[in-house]
Amino acid sequence: MIEVKNISKSFGEHHVLKNISAQFLPGKANLIIGQSGSGKTVLTKCIVGLMPVDEGHVEYDNRDFLSMNFKQKKEIRQELGMLFQGGALFDSLSVEENVMFPLSIFSAMSHEEQLERVNFCLNRVNLVNSNPLYPSELSGGMKKRVAIARAIAMNPKYLFCDEPNSGLDPKTAIVIDNLIKEITLEFNITTVVITHDMNSVMEIGDNIIFIYKGEKWWEGSNEEILRTDNKEINDFVYASNYMKRIKNEFAKK
Amino acid sequence: MLKFLYHTGRYFLLMKQTFSVPEKWSIFRKRLFEELDKLGWGSVGIVALVSIFMGAVITIQGAYSFTSPWIPLYAVGLATRDTTLLELSPTIISIILAGKVGSNIASEIGTMRVTDQIDALEIMGVNPSTHLILPKIIASVIINPFIILMSMFLSIFGGWMFGVLSGVVTSYEYVYGIQWGFVPYYVQYALEKTVVFAFIIASVSSYQGFFTDGGALEVGISSTKAVVWSIILVLLANFVLTQILLV
Repeated sequence: MIEVKNISKSFGEHHVLKNISAQFLPGKANLIIGQSGSGKTVLTKCIVGLMPVDEGHVEYDNRDFLSMNFKQKKEIRQELGMLFQGGALFDSLSVEENVMFPLSIFSAMSHEEQLERVNFCLNRVNLVNSNPLYPSELSGGMKKRVAIARAIAMNPKYLFCDEPNSGLDPKTAIVIDNLIKEITLEFNITTVVITHDMNSVMEIGDNIIFIYKGEKWWEGSNEEILRTDNKEINDFVYASNYMKRIKNEFAKK
Repeated sequence: MLKFLYHTGRYFLLMKQTFSVPEKWSIFRKRLFEELDKLGWGSVGIVALVSIFMGAVITIQGAYSFTSPWIPLYAVGLATRDTTLLELSPTIISIILAGKVGSNIASEIGTMRVTDQIDALEIMGVNPSTHLILPKIIASVIINPFIILMSMFLSIFGGWMFGVLSGVVTSYEYVYGIQWGFVPYYVQYALEKTVVFAFIIASVSSYQGFFTDGGALEVGISSTKAVVWSIILVLLANFVLTQILLV
C-alpha cells in the first residue's frame, strides 16, 4: 500500500498541491483524475520522488520514502515501475534491450534467464516477435505495451501509469486499460493511474481520487462517480454534450 | 552574476553526482566503447579534412609571407609545424569538436530529458548522470588526444603535399624545416591542453543537455548554448594553460 500524508507543493507563489492525503491499495487500480493543470502529474512526481515536496510524507508499505537516503530510496525504486505518457523508451535500444535494461543492471540473472524474463513480459503484453525492433519502428500502442513490459520486468510491487491512453485510438486505449487491470490483479500490484479519460475511469477505476485546483476534492469508485452530486465532478464527468444527454436519459428512466 | 554563480554551482554538483561508482561495470564498459566509437570515430572525417587544408593554407601563406632573403625557405615547414603543434591542432580542432561533439551530446541528453527517458532511469534507481554523462566524459578524454595527434600529422602532411604541389616550397626544404629545432615538449603541451578541452566540451555540453526543460525548441537552445559555452571555456582554458605550461 502507498500512503500519501498531507502533501503540499508550490512553485513560487503558485500552490499546486494543497495538503493532499490519500491511500493507494494493492491489487486495485487507483486512479488520480482531474482537469489538465489540476496537479495530477506533480502529485505523482512527488510520490515517486522525482520532485521534492514542501511538506508531507509518502509511505511505501509503512516505509517513509521522503526521509530515506539515496541508497534506501534506490531499494524502493527497484520495487517500482512507471509507465510514462510517451513511453520513455530508450531510443538507442531495441525492444528486447529496453525490457532487459533494468534486469541487466539490478538482477543477478544470467543472460539466458534475462532473455526468458524479457520474452515472458513481452508475451504478457501481447508483443511477440518484436524483440529486434527499435522504438522509432513502433506504433503508439506498441510503445506503451513495451513500456508496460519494461515496468513489470523487475516484478514491481508498485506501478505508476501517467496518462497511459493519451494519443491512442479508443480500441487500443481499452487494450492498454485492460492490460493494466489484468497485471494489477495478477501480480497484486499497487497501481496508480493518472488520467483524464472517462473511458479509463469507467473501465478500471476501483478507487478514484479527483483533484481539483490542487486539492483532493472527492474519492470513490467508478460506480459512485456517476451518482455523486458534487458540482465540480459532474462538470468534469459530464463535460461533453453527449455525456450530458446520457445523464438526462438516465434521469428520465 | 547571480545567474552565473547558480549555473556554476549546479555544474559542480552535477559533476560530483556524475563521478560516482557506476551501477554495473559491464554496462559502463559497453557504454564507454559506444561513446568512444560515436565521439571519436565519428569525428575523424571532419578533423582529417580540416587538418589537411589547415596545414596547406599555413604553408602557402607562410611561403608568400616570408619574402625577406634573410629568412630561409625551410622556415615555412618550421612555421607550419610549430603553429600546428602549439595552437591550431589542439585549440582549433577542439573548437571544431565543441561544435560537432558538443551539440551532439547536448541534443542527445536534452532529448532524453524532454521525453522522460532520464526520469525513467531515475525511477529505476539508476543514477542518470553516471550512466549517461560519465562514459561521454571519459571517452572524450581518452579519444581526443588521439584525434589531435592525427590532426597534427595530417596538418603537417597537408602542408607538405600542397606546398610541394603548388611549388611554393620544395619537399627537401619543407621536411628539413619540420625537423629543425624540434621541441618534443610542444607535443606534450598540446596533448595536456587537449585533455582539459575534452573534459570541458563533454561536461559543459552534458550539463546543458541534462537541465533542458521544455520541448524541441529548448533542446535546440541547449545545443546552441553547449557549443557557445564550450568554445568560450576552451578559449579561456587555452589562455590559462598557456600561461601555466609555456611561460
